[in-house]
Amino acid sequence: MNKTWNNKAWFMVLPVLLLVAFSAVIPLMTVVNYSVQDTFGNNQFFWNGVSWFSDVLESDRFWQALGRTLLFSGIILTIQIPLGILIALNMPKKGLGVPVCLVLMALPLLIPWNVVGTIWQVFGRVDIGLLGRTLDALGISYNYVNNVFDAWMTLIVMDVWHWTSLVVLLCYAGLVSIPEAYYQAAKIDGASRWAVFRYIQLPKMKRVLLIAFLLRFMDSFMIYTEPFVVTGGGPGNSTTFLSIDLVKMAIGQFDLGPAAAMSIIYFLIILLLSWIFYTVMTSSDEQA
Amino acid sequence: MARITLDHIRHAYGEKPKSEADYSLKEVHHEWNDGGAYALLGPSGCGKTTLLNIISGLLQPSEGRILFDGKDVTYLSTQQRNIAQVFQFPVIYDTMTVYDNLAFPLRNRGVAEPEVDRRVREILEMIDLAGWAKKTARGLTADQKQKISLGRGLVRNDVNAILFDEPLTVIDPHMKWVLRSQLKKLHRQFGFTMVYVTHDQTEALTFADKVVVMYDGQIVQIGTPAELFEKPKHTFVGYFIGSPGMNVLPAAIDGSSVTVGGETLTLDYRPAVSAGAKTELGIRPEFIALSHEGMPVSISKVEDIGRQKIVRAEFAGKPIAIVVPEDGEIPAEPRITFDPAAINIYADSWRVGREG
Ligand SMILES: Nc1ncnc2c1ncn2[C@@H]1O[C@H](COP(=O)(O)OP(=O)(O)OP(=O)(O)O)[C@@H](O)[C@H]1O
Ligand SMILES: [Mg+2]
Repeated sequence: MNKTWNNKAWFMVLPVLLLVAFSAVIPLMTVVNYSVQDTFGNNQFFWNGVSWFSDVLESDRFWQALGRTLLFSGIILTIQIPLGILIALNMPKKGLGVPVCLVLMALPLLIPWNVVGTIWQVFGRVDIGLLGRTLDALGISYNYVNNVFDAWMTLIVMDVWHWTSLVVLLCYAGLVSIPEAYYQAAKIDGASRWAVFRYIQLPKMKRVLLIAFLLRFMDSFMIYTEPFVVTGGGPGNSTTFLSIDLVKMAIGQFDLGPAAAMSIIYFLIILLLSWIFYTVMTSSDEQA
Repeated sequence: MARITLDHIRHAYGEKPKSEADYSLKEVHHEWNDGGAYALLGPSGCGKTTLLNIISGLLQPSEGRILFDGKDVTYLSTQQRNIAQVFQFPVIYDTMTVYDNLAFPLRNRGVAEPEVDRRVREILEMIDLAGWAKKTARGLTADQKQKISLGRGLVRNDVNAILFDEPLTVIDPHMKWVLRSQLKKLHRQFGFTMVYVTHDQTEALTFADKVVVMYDGQIVQIGTPAELFEKPKHTFVGYFIGSPGMNVLPAAIDGSSVTVGGETLTLDYRPAVSAGAKTELGIRPEFIALSHEGMPVSISKVEDIGRQKIVRAEFAGKPIAIVVPEDGEIPAEPRITFDPAAINIYADSWRVGREG
């Protein structure tokens, strides 16, 4: 191939670079700034080295929040990815069912996060919520306000309801791109339903699944609004994920230094994990 | 290994076919003999793939029945019919190795692993990919993929029939020749019924005992290569088989005399032509003699194709092709004569034979 090099092309990217600088790099740098300094008010700052970082990393509070967040993401991924694939496999491929299913699937994705939280907060309430009342009437004790298990269940079910569609839509896009000839060949070759999934559908969905996995991981790892609205991090600290803890620290206690340090650690963890997932998943792609 | 009967098969892809034109297969009523080697020939879109898919059970015909050895299999699945099919566009399982691709149809049927290994190695050898067995099928070239696709069709040797849908399009000529003779050998060895779709008439004519020509959703002629050449049943077969194709000229028929381009010829029979039909005379370029006698033509071009020359000329205002031997001379005032035995008469595009 013949590539033409033209350095003027860099000017084309300049606007984007500026935009990214203002929207991401500069705010990030202020956070970095806070994380290495201390202040006693009056806008006076002192160099503080990495002590905020070591404080954060040495606190139980941080590790517990991190553990809860990882557990939440883990559960979410184990449910949403297989469930999403399963639904996508069973969606119609032609006819009137296609637009109907697609719209139904897209609906939860269109609802703003805090509204989703509010919906489930009300839905699950024992005094007036449909879910809460129904479970109560069935004799199942359920109360997300003071029962840890119920609080987690509510958040998980809510997230599954809200986000499985994303996985479904991505997988569906992968599935409809498979030419009919593959299914025909599989029939001639006497392939079982499982073999068709394993050797035709899964390989074709691999790329979109990688995207779905990363998006769902990052999103669930950073979840804030919904648990904030539904449980507020409780009961106790049982649903205080990293994001909620961070806000508590920064806004609630106004510990800007440690909060900034924690932000950076949080950011690095997401970056690192996403990179690891990406590398692992694409390298298995190459071997296969 | 089965005799396959297509009993008044019609197929329309649309839900409710209204007119004849909605049918992709108009009406196919035909029997494929057990162990026969058939070539299926026809222009693009004439329904070849549709017909194969109906035989293999990938497609349910809108009307009609399919019988294997007299047993109705119309509602049996592809798996139950035990047919191998090689598709027009190669399908490979690209996460598997070349070896596993070939083993796939056998393993799915629970064939014991030593037997799988034996069969797969044999096929690998045959398609010349023995060195590639352990490679994943992903990065292969188009012709390697086509060979694997072909190999997967051949690896099962207990099938009722093998259907090939233009399996060798991207294979280079030499390999094509090798694979074709291998196919013939396998066919002789195992005696499966074989249907082979191709666009390439030399391939069809050299390969099959019977050639089936399809046109516009119908089988227009089934015959040996010689029959197709000498007595095309439909003007389409005349055009399609042979290079250049048959000359078809408008002609007026009256009893046993045929008037074409102002000249009247007399046949030794009376074609059974009904009144009002569009009548034509068909003559192959090979059976026209170019000399100083006969009907005048004006030559527009002479193509030298090695052992022969193709003369493009105009006869009574219509283009006509004439094949002349390499050393045949081209007279200054050219005239042509038709070999009377090679004349075919067509009424509404269908060949009419001797009356009575
Ligand atoms: N899945 C389909 N849905 C609707 N129409 C179809 C479908 N498949 C084929 N057809 C139509 O049926 C007719 C016959 O198609 P078919 O694929 O059998 O032709 P073919 O002889 O195999 O052509 P080619 O030589 O191009 O492969 C064509 O007019 C085509 O447009
Ligand atoms: Mg076809």
